[in-house]
Amino acid sequence: MTAAQPWLSLLTFAPMIGAMFIVISRMMAKKNDDGVIAGPDLEQVERNARIIALAFTVGAFLISLGVFALYDSSLAGFQLVEEVAWLGGGISYKLGVDGISILFVLLTTFIMPICILASWDSIKSRVADYMIAFLILETLMIGVFCSLDLFLFYVFFEGSLIPMFLIIGVWGSKGTKEFAGITLPSRVYAALKFFLYTLIGSLLLLVAMAWMYAQAGTTDIVALQQTDFPAGAQKWLWLAFFASFAVKMPMWPVHTWLPDAHVQAPTAGSIVLAAILLKMGGYGFLRFSLPMFPLASADFAPFIYALSIIAIIYTSLVALAQEDMKKLIAYSSVAHMGFVTMGIFTGTKQGIEGGLFQMLSHGFISGALFLCVGVVYNRMHTREIAAYGGLVHRMPLYAFLFLFFTLANVGLPGTSGFIGEILALVGAFKVNSWIAFFAAFGLILSAAYALRLFRQVMYGALDKPALMTITDVDWRELLSLGALMAFALYLGVNPGPALDVFSPSVDLLMENYDAALAAGAVR
Amino acid sequence: MGIFKTLSFAAPELVLVIGAMALLITGVFAGNRSAKQIGNGCIALLLAAVLLVLFSPTAPTESLFDGAFRIDAFSTFAKVIIYLAAAIAILMSDQFFASEKLRRFEYPVLIVLAAFGMSMMVSATDLISLYMGIETQSLALYILAAFNRDSRRSTEAGLKYFVLGALSTCLLLYGASLIYGFTGSTSFEEIARIASAGGNNVGLIFGLVFLISGLAFKVSAAPFHMWTPDVYEGAPTPVTAFFAAAPKLAGMALFARVLVSSFPGSLDDWQPVIAMIAVASMAIGAFSAIPQSNIKRLMAYSSIGHMGYALIGLSAGTAQGVKSVLIYMAIYVVMTIGAFACILMMRRRGGMTENISDLSGLTKTNMPLAIILTVLLFSLAGVPPTAGFFGKWYVFFAAVDAELIWLAIVGVFASAVSAYYYLRIVWFMWFDEAAEPFERSPAPALQFAAWGSAILMFPVLTVFMGRLTEFAGRAAAALF
Repeated sequence: MTAAQPWLSLLTFAPMIGAMFIVISRMMAKKNDDGVIAGPDLEQVERNARIIALAFTVGAFLISLGVFALYDSSLAGFQLVEEVAWLGGGISYKLGVDGISILFVLLTTFIMPICILASWDSIKSRVADYMIAFLILETLMIGVFCSLDLFLFYVFFEGSLIPMFLIIGVWGSKGTKEFAGITLPSRVYAALKFFLYTLIGSLLLLVAMAWMYAQAGTTDIVALQQTDFPAGAQKWLWLAFFASFAVKMPMWPVHTWLPDAHVQAPTAGSIVLAAILLKMGGYGFLRFSLPMFPLASADFAPFIYALSIIAIIYTSLVALAQEDMKKLIAYSSVAHMGFVTMGIFTGTKQGIEGGLFQMLSHGFISGALFLCVGVVYNRMHTREIAAYGGLVHRMPLYAFLFLFFTLANVGLPGTSGFIGEILALVGAFKVNSWIAFFAAFGLILSAAYALRLFRQVMYGALDKPALMTITDVDWRELLSLGALMAFALYLGVNPGPALDVFSPSVDLLMENYDAALAAGAVR
Repeated sequence: MGIFKTLSFAAPELVLVIGAMALLITGVFAGNRSAKQIGNGCIALLLAAVLLVLFSPTAPTESLFDGAFRIDAFSTFAKVIIYLAAAIAILMSDQFFASEKLRRFEYPVLIVLAAFGMSMMVSATDLISLYMGIETQSLALYILAAFNRDSRRSTEAGLKYFVLGALSTCLLLYGASLIYGFTGSTSFEEIARIASAGGNNVGLIFGLVFLISGLAFKVSAAPFHMWTPDVYEGAPTPVTAFFAAAPKLAGMALFARVLVSSFPGSLDDWQPVIAMIAVASMAIGAFSAIPQSNIKRLMAYSSIGHMGYALIGLSAGTAQGVKSVLIYMAIYVVMTIGAFACILMMRRRGGMTENISDLSGLTKTNMPLAIILTVLLFSLAGVPPTAGFFGKWYVFFAAVDAELIWLAIVGVFASAVSAYYYLRIVWFMWFDEAAEPFERSPAPALQFAAWGSAILMFPVLTVFMGRLTEFAGRAAAALF
């Protein structure tokens, strides 16, 4: 199954090549006496940067479609595998995709052009740097989903912190925050919190990885999945991996970095964070925790259920009390990710597929919701819910789109949100009906906070003077939101194609998982 | 072996020491006007020594002077890096000394002599040659610390370094004499034989602990680190750049050779000691650097922390451990040189600035420098995909492999804490309002060193890390 052509490497590094083009265009621009690019030269560089970034993200999307065309979704194993020696001693540069990862790759390449479009006018300072950061981030994110070597995965996984740290810190919103006696810009606080939280979680994974490497002599994911780690060790390894992915996911109680990061990040940063970066956690659980430590996964499943239910109910209640639109959506993300973790660790086919589907669908829906917030934020420069009201009178099209995504977020049948949640609930119901019972409250609560947000922003009298001149969505926003809506609707009405792609890989995963549990029970 | 044959094996050291003497004499007659030429001569000597080391006609492993001096893959690995680091230290100093009116011909000669001492250290297989190497290096370094003799800070740094250095030398000598007393030999090989035959001998352990204390001082590992911040801050910046790089590698290599080749049987005795030194160094490096506002002081604490990580690898006591130490130190040397090249470029109105806040908004005023420093800082913090991460990975792996999982966990938490202060500099450079720009005429040598190390850290070593691990693996195997 070895591919002759390095398609995945091309896909992974295509955005980085775009970043290099922007660097070159910056270097070639005329500089004034202070060594700074200014005036019309700067405008030219910025225009180039936007166009190059869009061209390369769209190009990456097209390549990923090509990869998808080459991918045979009836097979279960890894495909388009490529391997090159790297560090020696069992650590190599190895890429490949299977049914679990291919759709995340597509999600990433699909979301990125939308991010670039969302930043087209709203980013005014240091445009070239911004686009470089996004292109590098895309390379790292695709790399995470394509890696077939744990060490390589870690490099991409951790590396993605750097561009996101800079995106939040440099282009984040204004405002200051008091922390530990010092006053610092709140975007800096959010950036540092994001970086350090995720770093500390991941470092335990690093130690676990070192231990696994010492045992197995390789970090090849396929080989590690076949390695039978002793049951006692599995617990510790599982916990170490859990520390990393739970922070990334994020699961209650380590979710507190997310609202800060979301609120401070620029619109496109929020979109990437919600749509893709969070998915790395769930992907990690599916790629590593479940297949490599099946016994520990089964043992810890009740613990995960408990955390998931707390996340679903508690963060939904927290979302109900928010006055900042982005914070509200951020908490709703945490709640929705609760369904994902719950579904994955049920160890049932419906649960896992529900978790996967929920991640995909949440990618479209939460990305779209943050984009929606960005639309009004660009016009009004505030995210306070109280600053809005009656927008439906001035922005009918916007109100329609927002309503659609609000309902999709709630999980209305006919939208993709419904399929993911119902599958995860069915999976949970098979294991224990009480879990499903409590988790179902999340659906009610999400309707409560999402509709409250919609009512306060859209309905009521249009009596705030600042809103009198607000304009409806422009064609660029319409294009992005329309594309997202099309996917959310299509997957909601016809989830079959996506489930068919998952299915063989999930079946294989289940087969090995059940076999390992059976063997563990015998021992 | 005939004396000429023996000497021919030690050709790199001979070239260095004879060349340095010749240049010193030239300098005495020609005066400070010739400082520049003497500097170039010293660089040429060091490069010649690198070539002699790399293309030595001898067998890969050779013991000289009755087993006091050993040439093997391990010493070759260390020497190449030491000589190159020394050459770059001379290269980087030029602009600084010219603008501070400090240009003197002794500086490059002293660096070459220190490099000679270090080269003795990494080849020493006898307590006598070990001591001679350390002292040759240290004496040169004491003078270098006080090189700006009219500055109070610099002379204070030199004096502090000398007094504390003398103390540590006493500890080391005391340890060496105890070891000699209990084994009757100064040769590492003999000591190893007698120590493993004699079982647990308390006197020998005492000697070993004293020896470790002395060596810990030389690599500035806690709790023998007190001199580091003051000396780093007080010494002229190019000297600090030299201090932070090559001598640390030499000290660590010596550390590895002494412990592994003369006390292989007493691993259980020295492993906890090294592990505790590592933990203390990482903790001091992580927490004490946080409140620093002077970048040289910050680098001092950072280097203490880095010694802690390297010692994690050493405490494993395995070939994998020594390999990880070599990889870590090689990467550390390059990062440090790059970071100090950036610090040397922090010039305003003809003078140096040393505050971290001077870097505010650097991305707006000087993007290339900001990019270099960002790469180096992420590498120092050990964030992938920079090379610093690979160094950390190998030491943590060595620890886990030797069943020191707790040590690896302490290490990762220390590196999370230390990430904060590196990130703080990144935050100043990227997120803050621009401060007054730096002078835009950095010397080509500084640009070369800064760009070179940043590009080595990412992407060159990221891609070609396999080569470095291969060399380091071969070097480490020479000790076992």
